[in-house]
Amino acid sequence: MGFKILGRDDITTESVRMVVAAPHIARKCEPGQFIILRLNEQGERIPLTIADFDRDAGTVTIIFQKVGKTTYHLATFREGDEIRDFVGPLGRHLDLGKIGTVACLGGGLGIAPIYPKVRALKAGGNYVVSIIGARRKDLVILEDEMRARSDELFVTTDDGSYGLHGFVTDQLKLLLEEGRKFDTCLAVGPIPMMEAVCKLTAAHDLPTLVSLDTIMVDGTGMCGSCRVTVGDETKFTCVDGPVFDGHKVDWLEAKARQCRYQPQEREAMDKFGKERGLA
Amino acid sequence: MGEKEREKPAKKEIVEKKYPMREQPPAERIKNYREVPYGYDVETAVKEARRCLQCKKPVCVDGCPVEIDIPAFILAIANEDFAEAIRIMKSYNNLPAVCGRVCPQEDQCEKVCVLAKKFEPVAIGRLERFIADYDYEHHIAPATEIAPPKDKKVAVVGAGPAGLTAAGDLARMGYDVTLYEAFHDTGGVLRYGIPEFRLPKAILDQEVEYVKSLGVKVECNMVIGKIFTIKELFDSLNFGAAFIGTGAGLPRWMKVPGENLIGVYSANEWLTRINLMRAYEFPEYDTPIWAGKNVAVIGGGNTAMDSVRTGLRMGAEKATIYYRRGEKEMPARIEEIHHAREEGVEFNFLVAPDRVLGTDDGWVRGMELCRMELGEPDESGRRRPVRCEGSQYEVECDMVVVAVGTYPNPIIPETTPELEVTRWGTIKVDEETGMTSVPGVFAGGDIVTGGATVISAMGAGKRAARGIDFYLSNK
Repeated sequence: MGFKILGRDDITTESVRMVVAAPHIARKCEPGQFIILRLNEQGERIPLTIADFDRDAGTVTIIFQKVGKTTYHLATFREGDEIRDFVGPLGRHLDLGKIGTVACLGGGLGIAPIYPKVRALKAGGNYVVSIIGARRKDLVILEDEMRARSDELFVTTDDGSYGLHGFVTDQLKLLLEEGRKFDTCLAVGPIPMMEAVCKLTAAHDLPTLVSLDTIMVDGTGMCGSCRVTVGDETKFTCVDGPVFDGHKVDWLEAKARQCRYQPQEREAMDKFGKERGLA
Repeated sequence: MGEKEREKPAKKEIVEKKYPMREQPPAERIKNYREVPYGYDVETAVKEARRCLQCKKPVCVDGCPVEIDIPAFILAIANEDFAEAIRIMKSYNNLPAVCGRVCPQEDQCEKVCVLAKKFEPVAIGRLERFIADYDYEHHIAPATEIAPPKDKKVAVVGAGPAGLTAAGDLARMGYDVTLYEAFHDTGGVLRYGIPEFRLPKAILDQEVEYVKSLGVKVECNMVIGKIFTIKELFDSLNFGAAFIGTGAGLPRWMKVPGENLIGVYSANEWLTRINLMRAYEFPEYDTPIWAGKNVAVIGGGNTAMDSVRTGLRMGAEKATIYYRRGEKEMPARIEEIHHAREEGVEFNFLVAPDRVLGTDDGWVRGMELCRMELGEPDESGRRRPVRCEGSQYEVECDMVVVAVGTYPNPIIPETTPELEVTRWGTIKVDEETGMTSVPGVFAGGDIVTGGATVISAMGAGKRAARGIDFYLSNK
């Protein structure tokens, strides 16, 4: 008795969107929260942001990039297949209310988790300036959705194949240098991107929230695998986060902790690749 | 129940020592995850059962948190009436195969055994395990009596020892019971915490199947508080009562510098990855783990023993316990300490880390320890460790497991503002009934007591089941 996949599409060559039947979670979840899934009896538990949800249809949408064994495996699941375990909504939801003008930055797969926040901010009466970026044009995801929910949308690509040639930080820097004022900045993406954003916004005294994607097991505060130093406190991303004050996050530690299972992740991926005849 | 009289053994017949239980040899067992003690065979169990004096006033029963009629089940074993023995056992205890393995009998039933005044007590725990295992092998237990359906719904939150016990008892009373579990599998600490070599998962599975066979519906992947609040269980799902047994799952840290270095695990993470997620079978199972060769475990409880012995099985060449009090003060079961010693674990007493030392790239390379001495007793009655300033020294290690206790899981208290909690975050209950400050909401186990034993959680589950029955019968 798993959780049925009702819709599935490859939104880029690297990313997949899935709509999953999870009525209890759909009824309750809020922007900023995540789920943990496990594909089968041998599977690991991985957290994924709730990218969208439909309370009436009882569905939760996840978007994931194929980066390791579990995500590659999940990408082979088709409509009608079932995910064995799907638990949530986990984490604290982000309730910003009306704060004024907000810069929302999504880097790469970080666009998926920033989207529900953008949607909520816009619905809450804020002026939303979104900046999304990817390595190249075909990896930019959710552009239409983001455009529809943002007052302004900027796109950047690392290779200049679309939008501004550069990173999301370069676009934000341009806006700040033009004298644009923001009340808050929200940044989601790979750690180097969030760290770079925080460095920039700190120099401009712009409060910045980040959403961390740490390694988790239970997701309910039990194990501390996801711990992160924020200011002088140790926080658990799963129950205290995933959103934190980016200016207080110890990025060096966060980076080291994020990479700690890299050799095992590579081994698992190699094994999976061989079994499935992947390149 | 057809009490069979048996003559007391004459004094000269008293066997002074427990019949020994065969065990896997240490050198062999540290290379596998199989259970350490093999359990009694029929012949030994019957001989051990015949050591029991069948006291008229059995104090052992008072020593049992779930009040098992110990002399009665032992008498049945002595009479080789195993079906009767398991019937008696299961009328008190839904999880005998678990209790027979993990209960601290030396502090409970066996501590007060009359034989123990002069000799070794009756091996009550081993006999409990024997009869439970015998039943799982031979299926001799008569069907459990279940009261006619009462058409009243009870939600039990948390499928650990407290929840499984409460759910089983309530189902037997005829309630319509749903057991919610946050993880993808049942058992709570019995599955994520206690290692395979101490409590095989197959045994736990059988116990859970038994509870299900009583009519309990199990729903995993349900983080109550998040997916449904306690209030919604009543308002939206029409439960008449709820039991909270969500345990003390939040790890306690030492709060010393270096604790977030790579290679520092909470005992919960170390054990959950291995026990629940089966990281020891990586890459057949997907969950990764990094295991050190020189493992330091901080703490002196059963979780510390489980962690350090797991370290050996994960390939550590050196595995060391560092405990801030003395050997006498260690809260771990004697048997676990003994097993750890046999397996080559080193013990360092009266020391505590001042910091965890790291390499430039963020991995553990050692610890700075401070020596302690024992001062005045604290609220737990144990002598408080006091730092010996200037005694700091460094040791090398490449992995640290922090097993210094746990806090109550905060998810339900945080999402149930009407629930009264203590300043330690535990839920306040009426001791007799287990009812919280919210009518119809009951709680028990580690969420009430803070980290304690499996059997005390089961006792609380049992009391709360009675409390819930009384509440719903009089509503």
